[in-house]
Amino acid sequence: MAAVGKVATASGDHRRRVWRSRLPALGTAVSLLLLWQLIVSGFGVPDYIAPSPLQVAGVFLEKGDILWVNFLPTLFEAAAGFVLGNSVAILLAIWFVHSRFAEQAFYPIAVFINTIPIIAIAPILVLMLGNGYAPKIVIASLICFFPTLVNMVRGLKAVSPQMLELMQVLSATDPEILWKVRIHSSLPFLFAALKIASTTCVIGAIVGEWIGSNYGLGALIIEATYNFRAPMLYATVILGASMAVAGFAATTIAERRFVKWRPGAVH
Amino acid sequence: MQAGSVSGNSENSAISIDGLAVRFGEPPDRITALEDISIEVPEASLITMVGPSGCGKSTLLRAIADLVEADQGAIRVFGRTPEQARRARDFSFVFQESTLLPWRTAIENVLLPLEVGQRNEGIEKHAEPAELLALVGLAGREDALPHELSGGMQQRVSIARALVCRPRVLLMDEPFGALDEITRDKLNEELLRIWKETGTTIMFVTHSVPEAAYLGQKCLVLSRHPGRVLEFLDVEYSAPRNPELRDTLEFVQVTGRLRQLLGQAGRS
Repeated sequence: MAAVGKVATASGDHRRRVWRSRLPALGTAVSLLLLWQLIVSGFGVPDYIAPSPLQVAGVFLEKGDILWVNFLPTLFEAAAGFVLGNSVAILLAIWFVHSRFAEQAFYPIAVFINTIPIIAIAPILVLMLGNGYAPKIVIASLICFFPTLVNMVRGLKAVSPQMLELMQVLSATDPEILWKVRIHSSLPFLFAALKIASTTCVIGAIVGEWIGSNYGLGALIIEATYNFRAPMLYATVILGASMAVAGFAATTIAERRFVKWRPGAVH
Repeated sequence: MQAGSVSGNSENSAISIDGLAVRFGEPPDRITALEDISIEVPEASLITMVGPSGCGKSTLLRAIADLVEADQGAIRVFGRTPEQARRARDFSFVFQESTLLPWRTAIENVLLPLEVGQRNEGIEKHAEPAELLALVGLAGREDALPHELSGGMQQRVSIARALVCRPRVLLMDEPFGALDEITRDKLNEELLRIWKETGTTIMFVTHSVPEAAYLGQKCLVLSRHPGRVLEFLDVEYSAPRNPELRDTLEFVQVTGRLRQLLGQAGRS
């Protein structure tokens, strides 16, 4: 029992220390908000140039319904794009690792597609896929696709030659090597990519909504900008950023859940 | 024991090798790693192999394990070709690195050979994984992840994994080469004990002369460029093989003889 008690206080101490280490960042953020509020109201800056934090907070209270109605489609597009882009990247990576021909044939094309700015692809996709969810989802998935492909190929190949020889001695088949060894050893690489994708998929969805859309955070950004509704614009930006942060946090939690072993030990 | 024809002698031999040659690369830059290797490894014996680096001792082990193809000659493991023997799980291989899967616990790593290659025969007669971990001195550490174990303990897990299919032959490629001397001496003791308890035939590659002299009933000395059998030495002691043996005159004479042979092998 004594040992259990000791462990409990140790983790309590740890938590307290973590909070204390976050205090400076928290204090700085609060001070900056205060400074912003003081400058805006002190110098009488008009709200279409820069709104005060209180005005932005007011938008969340008064126009929460409009924000929410536009938040949901963007969330859906970003999430669908995340799932689609990463799934295609993972499957393609598995194919590349098993077929040199596939890798030689398609990798350069993937690199080429990645070099085209996403802003330039967006109008093409809108022309092709219309005005609905489809082009936004595709843009969000395109932006996720490449980092995941590159990392996943590296991860699946990050198996020591001796491990492969061991599997050969055990007469293991390619699918067995994939499921028992390669998939697991790729997880640290995959999660590194998914963390990037969890934030960029939101960017993809918003960029998609800039071009020919009348719903979503992207459309709200355009609308608020043209009408000089700066408080609304700021509120939308904060909402978009929160979505990305939430996605990043969820990916990090999933990583801790799935990668409990130390990645360095595999090599 | 002199090598006869493969078919003639393989009755009481675990491994018969007759006129083996292994070459790497294509004709202009072709390298002959092994040439004219003919040996008989008696069942339940422990054979150590030494030689200057690049003499092909690892290649010989890997040819037996069906990891390298023979260009000439024949290898038989209990009368089977290396490929047949691999499919029948007649042999296991222990590498210099423990090659454990880092996301699996010790006991899950020991179970790996039973989960793959299931289309092959010889998988039912497996040993109890927990008993094997006890055999290698890791009772109570079944649920430890590899990074929670020391290098010596990781290598013990990999030996337990190699034994799980009850192989008739254990092929070990410098298994203790990456460990410190104290751990290595301890694992030498354990290996002798495991060898006696399981009756497995062991072929053990090492670059340590004392290790080769201490473990081997016979010691195969290879020369290099190309790798040939220089001597297949019987190693016998009047004293039992325990740590005190290392300080006896008898032991020093054997290591001296091996060093002398290695000197010749290096010059050729």
